[in-house]
Amino acid sequence: MERLRRTMMFVPGSNPGMVKEAYIYGADSLMFDLEDAVAVTEKDAARFLVYNALKTIDYGTTELVVRINGLDTPFGRDDIEAMVRAGVDVIRLPKTERKEDIEEVEAVIEEVERKIGREVGSTKMMAAVESPIGVINAYQIASSSKRLIGIALGAEDYVTNMKTKRYPDGMELLGARTQIVIAARAAGIYALDTVYSNVDNEEGFRNEVELIKELGFDGKSVINPRQIKPVCEIFTPTAQEIKKSIDVKRAAQDALERGLGVISLNGKMIDKPIIERAERVLQLAAAAGVYEEVMENEK
Amino acid sequence: MEIKKSSIAGTLESSDIQIAIEPKKENGIEIELKSSVEKQFGRQIRKVITETLQSLGIKNVKVSAVDKGALDCTIKARVECAAYRAADAKEKYDWEVMD
Repeated sequence: MERLRRTMMFVPGSNPGMVKEAYIYGADSLMFDLEDAVAVTEKDAARFLVYNALKTIDYGTTELVVRINGLDTPFGRDDIEAMVRAGVDVIRLPKTERKEDIEEVEAVIEEVERKIGREVGSTKMMAAVESPIGVINAYQIASSSKRLIGIALGAEDYVTNMKTKRYPDGMELLGARTQIVIAARAAGIYALDTVYSNVDNEEGFRNEVELIKELGFDGKSVINPRQIKPVCEIFTPTAQEIKKSIDVKRAAQDALERGLGVISLNGKMIDKPIIERAERVLQLAAAAGVYEEVMENEK
Repeated sequence: MEIKKSSIAGTLESSDIQIAIEPKKENGIEIELKSSVEKQFGRQIRKVITETLQSLGIKNVKVSAVDKGALDCTIKARVECAAYRAADAKEKYDWEVMD
């Protein structure tokens, strides 16, 4: 089953309490931040802290991502070396603008993997696009490496560059979000949306999550444990959707066994995209722990 | 690694430990520890500090530590950070040794 990335929780890499406890809230991925959340004078301290935490703490099946400083800073190279050695799952690049940004980081990752005997290619990458040029190059970036598992939008820098700001309806981000999700789908990787920084506005947050789900995103970056539950609720299929998907899968299986080319369910034709959507619904339901429940009620 | 100057790493926040390091000419590793859990964990905290310093090849140093309930991995991280700062070796990390 493909991995779910509904929620990626940002954890400041300089805070030992949060680094220690972050996994208990049930985010699909944790993103330890060595970049913007860490003061310039504490970059070394955060790197040592996350390095030792990753080597020691058992985070279970939670995906572990580290946002590094760019290679154009004095910190980027050591960030990569330390995190690859610590066995991080995914290195996240900030402010990605072109495919060369990915290739340069990949070269350093590969060098470290070879040096320590870690399987080459086992350290995955994701790119954050935070500028107009990054948005324009989104597909070029998304398809630049086999290591890439996803592309994310970082909205704060982007809206500033666009001479606008964040609005409640999200219109200012529509172009960027669309471009990123199309690029991700074309490249076969995940699309993750930006953070929603007003933690106290749950209604605004829910509206934004509904919007990005509609656009086709796989999940959202969250900055507070309180934001995890609403995202999971919105990305969790309803009982009706699950039942329908089960019926679709059964009809497809039945048609396959009987050697039928055309599949029909309740008089409606079922084709490949509908079967794929049904499978996606069931994956989400299983990950949210509601699949078994629906199956139980069906009996 | 040679300790050339005083340095400090870590904070007084919960789950952290603040490590202050001072150079010393002789008499090995000296640790002054303040911790609310000193009775239960003092020996273990001192052991982690000592072993981390030894792994970095530091023989003579004075350490003042104020613990706020840090995990062993946090203690190790703060000692490593303070040591590299005190050795004036920022950006010259030996990740082989730390691994």
